[in-house]
Amino acid sequence: MLHTVLNIFGYILLSIGCFFLVVSSLGIIRMPDLYNRLQAGTKASTLGAMCTIMGIGFLHPDWWIKCFLLTLFILLTNPLSSSVLARASLRSGVKPYTLVCNECKEYLEEEEK
Amino acid sequence: MNFSRKFFTILMLFLIWLLLTGKATLDEVLTGIFVAIVISLFTGSLVSKRGMFHFLPEQLWGKVKFIFVFMIELVKANVDVAKRVLSPKIPLNPGIVRVKTKLVYPNDKLWLANSITLTPGTMTLDVKDDELFIHWIDVKTTDPDEAGEIIKGAFERHLGGGQ
Repeated sequence: MLHTVLNIFGYILLSIGCFFLVVSSLGIIRMPDLYNRLQAGTKASTLGAMCTIMGIGFLHPDWWIKCFLLTLFILLTNPLSSSVLARASLRSGVKPYTLVCNECKEYLEEEEK
Repeated sequence: MNFSRKFFTILMLFLIWLLLTGKATLDEVLTGIFVAIVISLFTGSLVSKRGMFHFLPEQLWGKVKFIFVFMIELVKANVDVAKRVLSPKIPLNPGIVRVKTKLVYPNDKLWLANSITLTPGTMTLDVKDDELFIHWIDVKTTDPDEAGEIIKGAFERHLGGGQ
């Protein structure tokens, strides 16, 4: 009984994870510029990967703790890498697409001082 | 203070070791403690500035609340991204805003920056002293204080734990 419930729960989590992974890859194709692509790529892929790994944890209860640790490390490192990518591309002069308020000019000027 | 930092590092490393190995036989535990002590001798002062301060009850409670708020925001962010990506005409109004933070310790700033990246429509570009540069996918206001309240209000309150 418990086994069936865990299985169903695991498959539901797996499907949610796959959905968000697809959304994140679609976002990377559809968004107009690098920064918006990074936004879609980071958020959706973080939750997607977390749900997929936790789903596998529910399907194989022996691996649960390791899967939990994996999700924790993904949660810690994924946003960091996207921040670093965005910062590096802003500094090397990748132009954002139609900015409403352009604080980035100020930022780059301060950086040059 | 220094000992407290090292002890905090040892505890954290040992916990991760236990979870990774998954069994608590004597030789595993002894190896874990040994390795944790050796590593903490070198990196103890880098991992945390305040050491065992994090294990005070009110601090722990603050962290639990933070994780709860963060999980809700993470799911909201993903629904938001999915809506934007799947709608035929992508609704965008991007901009870069500057936000001030009251947090002092580097680790707290790291947590704040990370959680801003994972919450709806915002991504941290850079942290400089007490200012965060944030790429916002749907700019509502350019005023630093208002923007700060919208973007990081709840997180900062839970992370600061009594300024």
